[in-house]
Amino acid sequence: MALSGIQIYKVLPQTNCKECGVATCLAFAMKLAARQAELSACPYVSDEAKAMLDTAAAPPIRLITLGAGDRKLEVGNETVVYRHEKTFVHQPGLFLRLPASLSDADFAAGVDKVAGYTVERVGQMLRTDGVAIEGASADAFAARVKQAVDKGLAVILLASDPAVIEAGLAAAGNTKPLIYAGAGADSAALAPLAKKYSASLTVGAAGDLEALAAATEKAVAAGAEDLVLDPGMTGWADALALPAQLRRAAIKKNFKQLGYPIIAFPGSLSDSAEEEAMLASLLIGKYAGLIVLDRFDQAVVYSLLALRQNIYTDPQKPIQVSPGLYEIGEPEPGSPLLVTTNFSLTYFSVAGEVEGSGRKAWLLVADSEGLSVLTAWAAGKFDAEAIAKAVKTTGVAEKINHKSIVLPGAVAGLSGELEEELPGWKVLVGPRESIGIPSYLKLLASQ
Amino acid sequence: MAVPEVKEKYAGRIQEVTLGAGSRGKTVAIGGESTLPFLHFEGTVANRPAIAIEVSDREPDDWSPLLKEAWGDVMGDPAKWAAKAEELGADVIALSLDSAHPERGNTGADDARKTVRKVLEATTLPLIVYGPGQKDKDNEVLVAAAEEAKGERIAIGNAEEKNYRTIVAAALANDQVVIAKSPMDVNLAKQLNVLIGDMGIPKDRIIMDPTTGALGYGVEYSYSVMERVRLAALGGDATLQQPMVLTVGYEAWRTKEARTNDEVPQEWGDWAQRAILWEANTAITLVNTGANLLVLRHPQSVALVRKAIDRLMAGA
Repeated sequence: MALSGIQIYKVLPQTNCKECGVATCLAFAMKLAARQAELSACPYVSDEAKAMLDTAAAPPIRLITLGAGDRKLEVGNETVVYRHEKTFVHQPGLFLRLPASLSDADFAAGVDKVAGYTVERVGQMLRTDGVAIEGASADAFAARVKQAVDKGLAVILLASDPAVIEAGLAAAGNTKPLIYAGAGADSAALAPLAKKYSASLTVGAAGDLEALAAATEKAVAAGAEDLVLDPGMTGWADALALPAQLRRAAIKKNFKQLGYPIIAFPGSLSDSAEEEAMLASLLIGKYAGLIVLDRFDQAVVYSLLALRQNIYTDPQKPIQVSPGLYEIGEPEPGSPLLVTTNFSLTYFSVAGEVEGSGRKAWLLVADSEGLSVLTAWAAGKFDAEAIAKAVKTTGVAEKINHKSIVLPGAVAGLSGELEEELPGWKVLVGPRESIGIPSYLKLLASQ
Repeated sequence: MAVPEVKEKYAGRIQEVTLGAGSRGKTVAIGGESTLPFLHFEGTVANRPAIAIEVSDREPDDWSPLLKEAWGDVMGDPAKWAAKAEELGADVIALSLDSAHPERGNTGADDARKTVRKVLEATTLPLIVYGPGQKDKDNEVLVAAAEEAKGERIAIGNAEEKNYRTIVAAALANDQVVIAKSPMDVNLAKQLNVLIGDMGIPKDRIIMDPTTGALGYGVEYSYSVMERVRLAALGGDATLQQPMVLTVGYEAWRTKEARTNDEVPQEWGDWAQRAILWEANTAITLVNTGANLLVLRHPQSVALVRKAIDRLMAGA
């Protein structure tokens, strides 16, 4: 929880010595509160003030890193309970659990499936993050962990025997694995191992938040810093209720003992891949930091990656699509040309309606800096000039055998200007709402 | 150190709305909760989110082949379709009078009456009746539907800002429920609820549809709009306390992911599994932020969503 300037002022020397470069201690305190100054600028600051400010500056949910290099995964550091308050920051990691019972060939296939899966959506490459490897014997475990790490994956070590865990940690090298020793494990006893290998450590307590808080305190006292919480969900209602309570305790109450990312295993509460996907969806929507799946169907993974991308989009900075010429349903030279803006939702609404109509069209997306049609028009970012520019830069005239362009109905007023900007073109006025596009295209085709 | 108390004390509560009366064998109550979705530890979840199955009065020519496969012959007959939907676990039948659209048949009030009568006779479930989404035809067929189903407490929609008076008046005169649909915006939703309320229809006869996008196509906007609506409602804003209905099936099944398997990336996986999950995951994501009634299309996603809701209610 952020401190106010007055709260900070109370622990400053209050001598107005100006050595920090600011005229008064109060003014310096205000700058600190606004994060415009560093406490180290004050040569006379007390240890008490330092401790207080350090605590206040720490994020309410600790940032945890798993994996290394290209696939480094960061979770935690969230600052809000509700997405609309600001944004959710670090998308939950998606992992596949690989049981110890798998044959070496099946294990290798599992690793390959996860390592090899990437899919493009709205210009972003989406992929899963790693594997959760179950250990039996130390040697076999080490070999499997190494295999996954060599493929670049982040790993979660599912083992309870400290000797097996250590073999896995050693094999993981400096890739920051997460230790998961089971819900009832004594995590404090594993803290020295976690520390030695710079690993993070899961702390669990079945359904009891008091016990969970006590357990994190103990693990921290034993030297662990990077913790992940397993609140012990026993059913779907728990899978919503426990993370909600943890999130509120961490963010609204600044309760450090529960300020860590949450791990969840939806497969163990589900009877099918579809059910597992739905519970994972609920957990993506609300508060999971790491999700370990038992099944890896491509359709499931794709839907979860799409949802994760959606929910973790900053509501203040909506995803934009790249301006340019889009082909909907393999258009032909005679297919109609529609123009819209590059706000992702606008684009998807328009493209979705054209697709839904079963007709073919060229969709020209002008650069409106991510604003919707009316907002962009009001801001002067979607005018005749911008549209004419898009027509010219995309070279659409060479791809079509007509010179007609369909404007969104909401900016019908631009048609005169656009005809001036594009001599020889015919400007048509389409529907105001994208929902009217199928009827409009039908009408257009009949003419 | 004791864990701080994190239960919220909300001043408001969601309005309960009941669908079905008269000859309906079942009634369905939605809303009534005093907390966010399924947080049983701090409030009451008075009613489980209900599932409506969408039934059209004309054989849809633009639905995914997967839906046609699932429903088969009944798609040509709304009465048979409704009966089958009841058998497959619907709580409510959402009858779409799509044939009234000027481009899709242009049927009129008399046809609407006959269809509504037939469907009422074929099922014991409560009904939602949707117009074709064209102003004049909506007014024509929804008034007819409201009159024909007098005494059955059906929901009629959509009442939108540009066209709500006739529809609300028909609901008012025939003791029906009205669906107030607004375009994904908290303030517009609020304004429409106020306008509709000003016509004198009681609050237990308004359901709001804040509009959704499908997974991958704007579902995050709905997620946040609905969460803001719900928090305001629980905070005591009486103009946003109506239960929420979402046309998930309509949105999910027009995405490319659900409609087709032609030339899609191999990473999209099995078509049927993907399409059904597209609907089910859109639905469950909206349930997570306050949906009270979901209008769905595929029998398998209906079964999945129903079981998920069973599981979520099990903590009560």
